Parts: sequence; C-alpha cells; structure tokens
Amino acid sequence: MKKIIGILLALTLSLALASCAAKEANPQTTAQEVNVYNWGEYIDEIIFDDFEAETGITVNYTTFQSNEEMYAAMKLGGTDYDVIIPSDYMVERLIDEDMLEKLDFANIPNLSLIDDSVSISAYDPTGEFSVPYMWGTVGIIYNSAEITDEITSWSSLFNSDYAGQIIMFNNPRDAFGVAVKYLGYSLNTTDETQIRAAYDLLIEQKPLVQSYDMDTIYDKLEGGSALIGVYYAGDYISMKENNPDLKFVLPTEGSNVFTDVMCIPKGATNKANGEAFINFMTSTDIAVRNMEMTGYVSPNGAAAEIYGDGLDVEDYVIQFPSQDALSRCEPFLNLPQATLDLYSQLWSDLKK
Amino acid sequence: MIGKRKLSHRLYTYLILLFLYAPIFVLIVFSFNSTKSRTVWSGFTLDWYRQLLQDKEILRSLYNTLAVSFLSAAVATVVGTFTAVGFFSMKKRIRAPLLYVNNIPLINADIITGVGMCLLFVSLGSFLKFKLGFGTLLIAHITFNIPYVILSVLPKLYQLDENLVDAAKDLGCTWFRAFRKVIIPEILPGIINGAMIAFTMSIDDFVISYFTAGSRVMTLSMKIFSMTRKRVSPKINALSTLLFVAVLLMLIIVNLREIKQDDKNKKQIKKMKEIIK
Amino acid sequence: MTNRRRFLAVPYIVWMAVFVIAPIVLIAVYAFASRDGAFTLSNFSAMGTYLSVFSRSFLLAIISTVVCLILGYPLAVIFAHETSRMQKIMIMLIMLPMWMNFLLRTYAWMSILESNGLLNRALAFLHIPPLNIINTPAAVIIGMVYNFLPFMVLPIYSVVVKIDRSLVEAAQDLGGSPAAVFRRVTFPLSLPGVLSGITMVFVPAVSTFVISQLLGGGKEMLLGDLIEMQFLGTAYNPQLGSAISLVMMIVVMIFMYFMNKFGEGEDKAVLM
Repeated sequence: MKKIIGILLALTLSLALASCAAKEANPQTTAQEVNVYNWGEYIDEIIFDDFEAETGITVNYTTFQSNEEMYAAMKLGGTDYDVIIPSDYMVERLIDEDMLEKLDFANIPNLSLIDDSVSISAYDPTGEFSVPYMWGTVGIIYNSAEITDEITSWSSLFNSDYAGQIIMFNNPRDAFGVAVKYLGYSLNTTDETQIRAAYDLLIEQKPLVQSYDMDTIYDKLEGGSALIGVYYAGDYISMKENNPDLKFVLPTEGSNVFTDVMCIPKGATNKANGEAFINFMTSTDIAVRNMEMTGYVSPNGAAAEIYGDGLDVEDYVIQFPSQDALSRCEPFLNLPQATLDLYSQLWSDLKK
Repeated sequence: MIGKRKLSHRLYTYLILLFLYAPIFVLIVFSFNSTKSRTVWSGFTLDWYRQLLQDKEILRSLYNTLAVSFLSAAVATVVGTFTAVGFFSMKKRIRAPLLYVNNIPLINADIITGVGMCLLFVSLGSFLKFKLGFGTLLIAHITFNIPYVILSVLPKLYQLDENLVDAAKDLGCTWFRAFRKVIIPEILPGIINGAMIAFTMSIDDFVISYFTAGSRVMTLSMKIFSMTRKRVSPKINALSTLLFVAVLLMLIIVNLREIKQDDKNKKQIKKMKEIIK
Repeated sequence: MTNRRRFLAVPYIVWMAVFVIAPIVLIAVYAFASRDGAFTLSNFSAMGTYLSVFSRSFLLAIISTVVCLILGYPLAVIFAHETSRMQKIMIMLIMLPMWMNFLLRTYAWMSILESNGLLNRALAFLHIPPLNIINTPAAVIIGMVYNFLPFMVLPIYSVVVKIDRSLVEAAQDLGGSPAAVFRRVTFPLSLPGVLSGITMVFVPAVSTFVISQLLGGGKEMLLGDLIEMQFLGTAYNPQLGSAISLVMMIVVMIFMYFMNKFGEGEDKAVLM
C-alpha cells in the first residue's frame, strides 16, 4: 500500500512540476506587463517596442473583429485584459453593466492633448472611464476601374448588378446600420418594425453578397476578387495604397460616425500599467505614428494636424469630413436589452 | 493484366497524393514571392522568412505550442500508462463504464469539449480567483491527450503474458520492480505510440485551445487563425514552408532509423536460420 | 496482487470526474438556464428556428464523409497490398500533411479557390469559364475532404492490412467473382476500420467552424459557427449556445450508436 501512495505522490508531484514548468514557460507572469485587446489592423505594432523601452512594460497584444466579439470574450469571463479599445456604443454598454474601472487621470497627463470637442461625449457622460483613441466614418469602398457608375447611395450595396461582388459587414450592429440608414431610419431605432424591415432588406441582399467579412475585406478589395463593400474610412486609406482604383463614398443618406475608446476593464490585474499605456498612446508622437499606419484620425489635435498636412485634398476630405457631411452622420448608442436581444437573434437568423 | 491493374493503382495513388500536396506546394511556392499576391508570381525573395523570424508574436506562439504539447504529452503519457494498468487490472464490469467515460473526449466534437471546459474554468475561476491562461490550456490538453495514451497502451496489456509477472514475483521481485522490469518493457511500444499521438494532437489542436487559453496565451494555431482573419501576409506561407520542412525531416530521420532496424532484424533472423540449419 | 494495481487508475478517475464529466454537466445546466440563472426551456424552443443549420451541417458532413470513404477506401486497400517498406512510405506521405497545421491546410485552399485564384487562372488559361467555388458549400466540402481524408484512410488501412489473405484466396478458389469476394469477404472484414473512419471524419466535419468561416464566406452557418457565435462571437448567448451543443452532442451520439449497431466490434477498431 505504501508503494501505491508513493506512486500517487510521484504523480501529483509530476503534475505540480508540470504546472511549475508551466509558470516558467509563461515568462510574462513575472515581468511587468500590460494586456491589450484591440481591433485588428488598428495600431502600429512597432510602438510596443518603444513602450517597453520607455517603461519596461511588455505588451501582450490580442485583437478582435467586432465590438460584439470583444463583449462576448469579456462577458464570458476568465479573460485578463488591462486595456480594451471598443467603440462608443459598446463603452456605454460596458459602463451600464459596471464592467469598467474608473481611470486615474493622474497617470494620464496626456489627456490634456485631446480636443475638448471629442472628449465630452454621450457614451461616457462623466468622462471617468475612457480616453478616445481614434474616430472616423463608415462608407462604401468600390473599385472604380470595374464599376463605372457613380456611387452615391447605400442602394449600391443592394444593387443586383453587383451580385456576387458585394462584401458586407460581418457584425450585427454595423450590418444592420447600413440597412437602417438606407431605409432612412435612425441608427439607434428601437422600433421593432423598423428593425425587422432592415432585416428583410438584409435577407433580400444575402444572395447578392459574396461574403460577410471584417478584416478579410482588405485582400478581397485590394486584390479585385470583390468590387464593392462597406468598411471604415481609415482602412480605405490603407487599402488605396495597394490598389489606387479604389474609391470611398460617404453615402448621401448619411452614415455612422464612430469613436473608438481606450478603457480598463473591472478588476484588471495591471491597472497602472494600463493607464501608462493609455497615456503613451495619447502622446502626439505615437498618435501620429498610429494614424500613419492605420489611416484613422486621432482626437489629439496637434497630431491630427500633422497627419492632415500629409494628406492630399481627396483623402483629406474623407478623413476630415465637412460639418455638413458630419451632420448627416450619427453615432451608435447603446440600446435597451430587448433591442440588443432582437439584434442578436436576427443576426443569427440572417446567417442560418 | 496484373501490370495494368498495378498501373491503375499507382495512378490513383498519385492522383490522391496530388490532391493532398498541391495546396501545400502552392503555399510553399508563394512564400518566395516578392509581392504579397497569393496568385501572381512576381519574383523571388526571402523577405517573408526574415519578417517571420522577427515576428515576436509568432515566435512566442510557437514557443507556447511546443511547451504545452511537450508538457501535456509527458503528463498524459505517465498518467495514461498507470491508468491503463489500473483499468487492465479491474473487473470488466467496472472497467467498461470507465472506458466509456474515457472515450467521451474522443467521441465528442472538439467544440463541445472546448465549450464545456471553458464554462468549467470560468465558473471555477470566479470562485478560486484564477483566469484562463497557460494553466487552463495545459489542463485541457492533458485531458484530451490521456484517452489516446490509454487506448494505445491497453491493447499491449491484453497481449501481456501474466505468467511473466508472476514469474518475476516468484523470483523475489517486489511489485513495483516487477512493474518496472517486466510490464513496462512489454508495453513500451504502446506507450511510445500513445505519447506520439498525444503530442501530435496537441500540436494540431485549435478549437479546444481557442476556448480555454484566454487572453494572454496564444498557441500557433490561434495565431494563424487570427492571421487569416486579417490582411494576409505571406509570412503565413513562410511559416507553412518551415513547418512542412521540419516535419518532413523528422519523418525521414525516424523512417531511416526504422528501416535500418528492420534490416538488422532481417539479418539476425537469417543468421539464426543458418544456425538452425 | 493484481487487485492493488487497479488503484493506479484512481487519480485519473478523479480527473475524469472534474474535467470530463463536470463540463458536460455544466453545458446541460446552462442549456436549461435563462440569462438570470432561472430554469427555462426557452433555449430549446428558440432552437426551432435553427433547424436549417442542423440539417445543413449534417448534410455537408454526410457528403464529406461519403466522399472521403469513396476516395479513401480504394487507397487503403491499395496500400495494404504494397510491400511493407512501400506501405510505410505511403502511410508517411498520407500523414505528412496532417502534421502540418490544420489551419494552414485550410488556408491553402483559399488562394486556390478564390474568384481570381489559381484554379480560375488555370481555367482561364485553358479558355474554360471560371468556377465560382469560394464562399459556397462546395468550398466547405472540399476543405473538409482535404482535411479529414487521412482520418478515413488510416483506420481502414490498419484493418485491411491485417485481413488474413488466405481467407480471400479461399473465396477465390471456391469460384467467387472479384465483386463477390469483395462484398462477402473483404468488405465485411474491413468494416471496423470503415466505421471508425466514418466516426473520425463525421464528428469533426459536423462541428467545424473554422473551415466554414475560412472557405464559406460567413454566409451560411454550420452548427460549429452557430455555437461559436453564442460563446465568443457576435451573438453572445452562452445559454442558447449550450442548448445547441447539448442537442448536437445527443444527435451525434444517436447517429453513432446506430452506426456501431450496424456493424458490431467497434472496440476492435484501431485508432492509427
């Protein structure tokens, strides 16, 4: 019997050893670190080295494809993020559900560099939870070499002439946003009949759609395997570098203007490191580098000016739309739970 | 007639191999392409390899994959072997239901194993204050690896001659010594086979890791998945090429050794036959 | 003395209880829970609308399994009749792609099947009109067959290679036509391998979400997509996701039960 106990001990010992080794195998646990969760293709990853050189903090970087995906990962639990960068309406939801930490702005002196017009916001009315990262608009991107018609309206995305060439958003809020705007409703409608009308439109559109994509849209539009799609203005700038035939249109019906925001989830392990990272990201130098890499616009006024000076007129109008164009655009707001459930269900239904 | 049949067999084999290898060949060729295009050849470069070897995230994910595969295969081999011996010594009435439970991770779809483990870790984690990470990933891998080890060791135990063990004991061997000196050598091929399967399964797993690794640890599969969802870089082709070459080399080395071993065995048999004559 | 040895299994029995049984129990608990944690059956009633996803997943998985069987069986038999050294090489050649990463294998097909991908470029070169395969169920089936074919070949091969040749020869000597010998001798004897091959292809095929996401264009979901979407995707609802998982698990088990009843001796089926 003693021997069996011995073997059992050996077994547990080897398990314990394995878990020790596991700890060692994961070098990030001992060193200073910050876990950042951001949209894909939305940062100049080289700045992580600068951040580490400056502060000694290593960045663990993971990406998501949509606000909803990020929300799921956070809500399901077990995750360990120190900084997340969702969009406005999702931040509102996270604040509502008490999922964010209040920021200690003593650690984020660069906040003063942010334009006041952007930092006072509907999604974070008290301004205690977030620092804006970038903003931009949503519009139609198309290949002008193949599509010679003038594109001005969302109707192009529902046009059967482009059957099989259309790429649509692969997340519910953005996809429904297109349909709702095309129908002339508010992006934040809670009227079930309006939302269902948008759903019917998306169902009608489905046979025309080549695929539902997020960041896989780049290769498809750049490479010409799809001709028209809907995506973010900033990404258009970087797509155009690889395919000059691409054009961007802010549809006449109006569109979505979004702000993506840096926040710290409740119970983050490395809150101070997170704040240091947010401060770093807000500095003018880094904001310029991120803008040049991603093509989006930082709310850091000085940085935006440097970036804007480097743009030609055509791109400048896209990146810094006129007041008139912006007045047609609407931000997403958080919606009541019942509407969110309806969106979730209709989204699953659309893909079934 | 026979020749014709052989020919058609060969042809069929080649066609299937073409189907299996053509896509890999395409990946490899375009890892040397000087532009990002996946379909148009525009010149030779090794740039993607250089970029790949400088990509810290990919290297870290490779390290994580190797670490979790080695550790989980090692633990699974030890636990699996002991358990197989334990199962083997049980009455069939008790063993059968246990084996059934043991088979669950094998029969179940990966996504169900992954989702279930994810729910378990998340609920345990909220009580015991831990997060998903390397530890949970390792536990998940060990759990789906052990059944493979048990299933490859058990048949060897059935072939084992119990008399050998009894004989060893009669000769004064302790129980553990008999285990080590008699049982283990007899079932060693099964243990090695099980360890190999476990290691392979770990390396190739994506779905279960995806649900259990959490936010900080990425395996190579997870990294590749996230790469395919972005603007795609030929780094991914370069990575495929390196993996392919590594596996190919490993298989060649293992095979050459086996063939040598075979030849040796044949020679010995020949010698013995001559002696008998 | 042997009695004592059975205690060696105790640690793993505990392990199984925690990491194999408990997760399934948790899935079941979630499946019957509402968002607030109260008991409900609404997750199951909500599932009715996803019948099309169930039927599509099973249809695609069955097609892929049948294609794998049709392609794989002859190959396994051909292998089994080669010299032993040749067999080893052939098996290695079949396994080699398996050792490469599963996602890379799937990714490879993206560049081939794309609308202006290699396949269509080759067809254009031959003046054949282009095929529209990517983002269709056909692309998903190709991806499944490509990934899972080795799982069909290997178990069948490992059974066929052990079939006693003298049985086959005896049947031939007794005047059996090749077709009759195959139907009455070879095939029945290879059945355990076939069954374990079918299991090893069907289960991953019916539950995949990677292949459908990479090759299917996100247009028509499979069960795997639907489940993934409720846990880590765009329609967060783990309760509904658990209910779908539970039903899928049960349906697959029933499916396999009938498969195994159809040919007994599943225990003997060899893994590799």
